[in-house]
Amino acid sequence: MAIETVATPETSFLLGRLTWAALPLHEPILVATFAVVAIGGLALVGALSYFRLWGYLWHEWFTSVDHKKIGIMYMVLGLVMLLRGFADAVMMRLQQAWAFNGSEGYLNAHHYDQVFTAHGVIMIFFVAMPFVTGMMNLVMPLQIGARDVAFPFLNNFSFWMTAGGAVIVMASLFVGEFAQTGWLAYPPLSGIDASPYVGVDYYIWGLQVAGVGTTLSGINLVVTIVKMRCPGMTMMRMPVFTWTALCANILIVAIFPVLTATLVLLALDRYIGTNFFTADNGGNPMMFVNLIWIWGHPEVYVLVLPAFGIFSEVTATYCRKPLFGYSSMVYATVCITVLSYIVWLHHFFTMGAGASVNSFFGIASMIISIPTGAKLFNWLFTMYHGRIRYELPMMWTVAFMLTFAIGGMTGVMLAVPPADFVLHNSLFLVAHFHNVIIGGVLFGLFAGIYYWWPKAFGFRLEPFWGKVSFWCWVAGFWVAFTPLYVLGLMGVTRRMRVFDDPDLQIWFLIAALGAALVAIGVAAFLVQIAVSIWKRDELRDTTGDPWDGRTLEWATSSPPPAYNFAFTPVVHGIDAWWDMKSRGYVRPLEGFRPIHMPKSTGSGVILAGLSTVCAMALIWYIWWLAALAFAGVVATAIWHTFNYDRDFDIPAAEVTAVEAARTRLLTRGA
Amino acid sequence: MSAPTHVPDGPAQFHVFEEEHHEAGGSTHLGFWIYLMSDCLIFAVLFATYGVLGSSLAGGPGPRDLFSLPLVALNTTLLLISSITYGFAMLAMYEGDQKGTLKWLAITGAFGAGFIAVELYEFAHMIHEGAGPQRSAFLSAFFALVGTHGLHVTFGIVWLTTLMVQVRRRGLIAANQRRISCLSLFWHFLDLVWIGVFTFVYLLGVLR
Amino acid sequence: MQRTTLLALLAAPILAGCDMVVLSPSGHIAARQRDLLISSTLLMLVIVIPVMVLTAFFAWRYSARRGARYEPNWSHSTGLELLIWTAPLMIIICIGAITWVGTHLLDPFRPLEHIGERRPVPANETPLEIEVVALDWKWLFIYPEYGVATVNDAAAPIDRPIRFKLTASSVMNAFYVPALAGMIYAMPAMESQLNAVINVPGDYEGFSSNYSGAGFSGMRFRFHGMARADFDVWLAKARIDGGGALDRARYLELAKPSENVAPMSFDDVDPDLFRRIVSRCVEEGRMCTDEMAMLDARGGTGFAGTLNTVPDATRQASALGHVPFYVRSFCTVADAEADYGKQGLVLLDPPPPAAPATDGDAKETL
Repeated sequence: MAIETVATPETSFLLGRLTWAALPLHEPILVATFAVVAIGGLALVGALSYFRLWGYLWHEWFTSVDHKKIGIMYMVLGLVMLLRGFADAVMMRLQQAWAFNGSEGYLNAHHYDQVFTAHGVIMIFFVAMPFVTGMMNLVMPLQIGARDVAFPFLNNFSFWMTAGGAVIVMASLFVGEFAQTGWLAYPPLSGIDASPYVGVDYYIWGLQVAGVGTTLSGINLVVTIVKMRCPGMTMMRMPVFTWTALCANILIVAIFPVLTATLVLLALDRYIGTNFFTADNGGNPMMFVNLIWIWGHPEVYVLVLPAFGIFSEVTATYCRKPLFGYSSMVYATVCITVLSYIVWLHHFFTMGAGASVNSFFGIASMIISIPTGAKLFNWLFTMYHGRIRYELPMMWTVAFMLTFAIGGMTGVMLAVPPADFVLHNSLFLVAHFHNVIIGGVLFGLFAGIYYWWPKAFGFRLEPFWGKVSFWCWVAGFWVAFTPLYVLGLMGVTRRMRVFDDPDLQIWFLIAALGAALVAIGVAAFLVQIAVSIWKRDELRDTTGDPWDGRTLEWATSSPPPAYNFAFTPVVHGIDAWWDMKSRGYVRPLEGFRPIHMPKSTGSGVILAGLSTVCAMALIWYIWWLAALAFAGVVATAIWHTFNYDRDFDIPAAEVTAVEAARTRLLTRGA
Repeated sequence: MSAPTHVPDGPAQFHVFEEEHHEAGGSTHLGFWIYLMSDCLIFAVLFATYGVLGSSLAGGPGPRDLFSLPLVALNTTLLLISSITYGFAMLAMYEGDQKGTLKWLAITGAFGAGFIAVELYEFAHMIHEGAGPQRSAFLSAFFALVGTHGLHVTFGIVWLTTLMVQVRRRGLIAANQRRISCLSLFWHFLDLVWIGVFTFVYLLGVLR
Repeated sequence: MQRTTLLALLAAPILAGCDMVVLSPSGHIAARQRDLLISSTLLMLVIVIPVMVLTAFFAWRYSARRGARYEPNWSHSTGLELLIWTAPLMIIICIGAITWVGTHLLDPFRPLEHIGERRPVPANETPLEIEVVALDWKWLFIYPEYGVATVNDAAAPIDRPIRFKLTASSVMNAFYVPALAGMIYAMPAMESQLNAVINVPGDYEGFSSNYSGAGFSGMRFRFHGMARADFDVWLAKARIDGGGALDRARYLELAKPSENVAPMSFDDVDPDLFRRIVSRCVEEGRMCTDEMAMLDARGGTGFAGTLNTVPDATRQASALGHVPFYVRSFCTVADAEADYGKQGLVLLDPPPPAAPATDGDAKETL
């Protein structure tokens, strides 16, 4: 029944349904994109080969189990995918500003529907999640005084699974198509009848591969926080970012299995013709909607809680004060974690669940705003009687507080079921969730990137281009999304490709202007990174503590040595490093001992690579390859367990040498 | 590193100078428990699905027509006994009895394989009768729930076999002991899930 | 009315310049939804405005450059913490209360009691029933009271309660006329309901507000609020312009995917059509879901239920090639003999007591 521009081809044994027709040669935009990506990719490969960097990358990065390097790799993945997701956003803004007065715009339905689906999927799964996971990986073990995470190999494997998912989703751009279903792929639209071609399969397997990585990384980080804290760091002395990381990872463990199971059921419907979510033979599409939002709503908090943690660290540091109301901040975080699991139904009040159910979920959703409000007040009163330095992270924090207040308010509006009946699925909703995800998560990630960049790389980011980026982003955000609020109140619904009311066009034009501003912000951010790398010697941080920080990550050098701390720190209170500094801490200069560390391994790359191949084979119905790749995954996993030699000692002499080098740096800096 | 270390008051000590022996895999049990809980959620979703769709027969056969309680009783017995024999394997392991451990692991594996065989027979029979997972939402949910459990048991058997090879090669070293006790958790967990399946799917299905 | 006017006045500055239909609707239900939207917003502003003002003020006041009082260790105040938890709590209690009441009063399934502020529904007034089917990608409106059906064009007399019954043919959609009342999902094999009333004559926009595939953008219709006499004229015109009868065959033709469909009408509608669409048995020979549910409640149909499936060539096969099927409605022995021949039919059990089947036929065990 579906109208497809690519008809479902016959399948062959060797290549399944993969044929030349799968290459979108008739889409000039895609061909041009492919050319750019191919030339860029070849240039990159050429450069890496020319400078003989492959061995370095493989040994020092790809196979590394060092949480800091894995964290950085997550961030790089997030940044690359941000560019893709943002390109999709610009295409949508352009199409919607264009398609008026009888014009069809420049994207046909087949293409446009993929763009908005890909935008949502990529921004949540492959931008926000890698950024947040990367940030937690990079910072959290340092904050708790640990040498690595609990399961270093698993950490490497998790990253590569996430990367594998990203590869699958990116492949859909040039081979076949992506889903045209919206980012949550509600059946029956995502069923085999309405979406027979590869789009939804790309969606399913991309998310499944990445989801395995996310779940394992969640387990890993929870165990790390519970078991690996240094002596003296009780739960109520943990930095707030670590607390939020703990809650976010508990949520990950509690929700990603639900996503996995739900997508498996959808896959079964498509692959073996079961009837879970079909409209016929007893299936129930509404169950998918419930299940996917049981994952989907807490997912928002997986993203925003760590951002809240970042704001807490940043506010305390740049106000030069302890965080106001540490314990109420912790309790608020835990409250939000628990509540986030019982509000999923507010995403579909309009499905007609009945007044009592709707009011229960509506009021539960509003209750979340109480601990969230308390957090906002805590940051506010941290500023009170502070001495605020307006470095970039603090600027992002203030911008966040102002932006998020509005986003929170529109959120409560949508939580009132009768109001939701007129705003659901409208551009008002789109504006709201961008308001909290950009204004909350993304602003938080930017604050975190500027804050911890020197820790990760040993030099600060150059502030001028950062300020350009900041103002373009913040102004661009408001210019882009205020019109969407207005359009929502004008009754305009989301995911529309063409419009017939000419009065709307001006608002879409303004929104497109906002997107252009944000684009300048993105470009300025990239320029800033380039300029900072260029001027890295001027921006060098020799102290390891460039912002006069308060938590343990600032106690070690920038970037930290492989073993993080020459001696495991002992903590006596909240803000451990501040406490150490104010009590006359002296850095030990001798008596170093060998340090036990995990070994690098390539198993993670191989396992994730084979999983990706298996997923691609399943998408294209290449059954022999899928079976082979799956057997390869199992065999590699078993082979990996036969390796008992997984760690080694860094000799005392090496530790002494590294620490002596740091001593020289410190005395030179002073 | 998480062991409570006495910290004297005062500014003097900011470091642990005597590094404790870093016990490799000290967190594995907690990690595995959390993994089991996440797996439990997968089963929770499948149980919920069965709860919602279990009565949607689409004008097809229902539980009373399809389930054979004697077969299920046999299956349940096999799996429950395998849990007990796994317990014996653990006891042998604690005594450092490598041969005994291997013997009991093999017996456990055999019972597990028996369970899988009976389940496959049941599935094959149903599919042959025309009551495959496609026939109705009830059957889809049934095959998904019971089949996922069966896949877990299969995976457990593969793991168990691997472990037996590893124990034979390296003996009951700490790493292998840790793995055996993790598999023990996994195996008992599957038993527990099966009791849920047995009660909610088979017994209630036939009684309803 | 006064409250509404006050709220409208408050919202007026925002309204200037554009037509925010959500804030100035023409139906009583949408107006009350708007009122709730605005009152909850105002309640929240009580706390959001101080927070934003304080943020800006503190950010300015405590900048390091300004040298205001600095208390490097101040991080706790029981009184203040009590305040920051209770203030939002109080606001949420208020909004929660109006939410509970408002959600129940404005539940789309709840029959209307008022057609306007302090204007109860007249005692002898029955609601106008409109059956709505979301098709790929157009809207079908059936007026069972008049035997008329229209596509992508709907009308209702002003001040008469309307009861929409909604379903969909294949995928999920949401029915939304912003000027009239809130939206409600239209889903296959489900029937949802929306009770509403239009108070001001006019020509309003309606559309699907849940993405439903390639033709989604063109899935628009006009909704006309009319004086009663005009509505009668509209009905008459629909009959005259009508493209004939809408029976099951014509419906199946109509249900095939098409985009940007121009309005059309039908003058003679099968009165059972909507039930069959909801029950997914418009095609000849399919078992209706209501009948299925009844058989399922009795424990299914035994192994007979594995024989009543018919391959369905109109649907997509699964990846591994499972041929989709539909469930055939059970038939009399005579029908079965006609289909399978006398030899192909083996009566295993004596027929069970006949079910009160709505589809007219007694169940027979094959």
